Amino acid sequence: MCSTCGCSQTDQITYSKPGEKIEVVHLHHDHDHHHHGSGHHHHDHDHGNRTILELEQDILMQNNMIAERVRGFLMAKNIFALNLVSSPGSGKTSLLERTLKDLKNELKFYVIEGDQQTMQDADRIDAIGIPVVQINTGKACHLDSQMVFNALEKLNPDENSVLMIENVGNLVCPAGFYLGENKRVVIISTTEGDDKPIKYPDMFESSDVCVINKIDLLPYVPFDVNKVKDYASRINPNMAFFELSALTGEGMDAWYIWLKNQLKK
Amino acid sequence: MHELSIAMSIVSAAEAGAKANNAVRIKKIYLQIGALSGIELDALDFAWPLATKNTMLETAEKFIEVIPAKAECLECKKEFDIQNPFDPCPHCGSYFKQYIRGKELKIKYIEIE
Repeated sequence: MCSTCGCSQTDQITYSKPGEKIEVVHLHHDHDHHHHGSGHHHHDHDHGNRTILELEQDILMQNNMIAERVRGFLMAKNIFALNLVSSPGSGKTSLLERTLKDLKNELKFYVIEGDQQTMQDADRIDAIGIPVVQINTGKACHLDSQMVFNALEKLNPDENSVLMIENVGNLVCPAGFYLGENKRVVIISTTEGDDKPIKYPDMFESSDVCVINKIDLLPYVPFDVNKVKDYASRINPNMAFFELSALTGEGMDAWYIWLKNQLKK
Repeated sequence: MHELSIAMSIVSAAEAGAKANNAVRIKKIYLQIGALSGIELDALDFAWPLATKNTMLETAEKFIEVIPAKAECLECKKEFDIQNPFDPCPHCGSYFKQYIRGKELKIKYIEIE
């Protein structure tokens, strides 16, 4: 059974472009390819015929090393990458759609979509005319750097562009998995609980930017924007906030200015 | 349930180390997991039999040392024990901090034969 997806042999990770036959790539069953990644030297101590092997190895090292390869590739091509994370239903794809529509004449975009199943999101991005690869993770609850690496090979992005990675909707699991992104953006919407930052602190701690979406609904929901900001700032005092509605467009300008300023750095 | 992929990463790394040393099986594995590493130990225990089935770790004893979290306040520079990521410095009340420990996700050692 597979590690990352917890799946049986029949349930596999797929990478597809809209309108294309699904391509099956499954690296997670292969344990041997990790050998070269072990850069530690080991100290052996004999205890009879048993040996203690002091590995002293970071469990996420393999993911982090592949993420650094992704980072190097993106740096060499001057591609700025965002990792969008949130609960399901916060409006990640809507924020992405609006951003792509409004800025596609100014910036060159590429998108990697992560979902457990379906081409729904990739089809939405494809309809705007932006190159996209859909990763279907099967049972897996997050993207890892190997998946992004494989998707990038298929996407083949040009230099001087922006890569948007939409993670699987999940406010817990993606937190520990660096994908090689420049910035991590956590999205929370006004229809969610305003105590989410302290309930799911790891995601807010690991993010650089917090987008508060669906502010057009504020008159109708008991959501305290200041409370969210206060909670998120306790976990991550350096967090930058944007309050906006991807539906009405309110507040999107500040987000666009931030995005364009990032590209100048 | 990212604990399943964490468990599989443990299996990969431990097997790689064991095979490189011509081991036939892994008898014990000793993990260090930080209290604020984002790992649910119950979920890891749940995933463990699935992840280790038909691997060198299938019959291995698993030991987990939970490392309590400690941070340094970036304003008053004092060290303090921290239970939650949203806790302020107990000395000056600042939220600006740097973790000293408590984020570990590490295989300390394995016992092979």
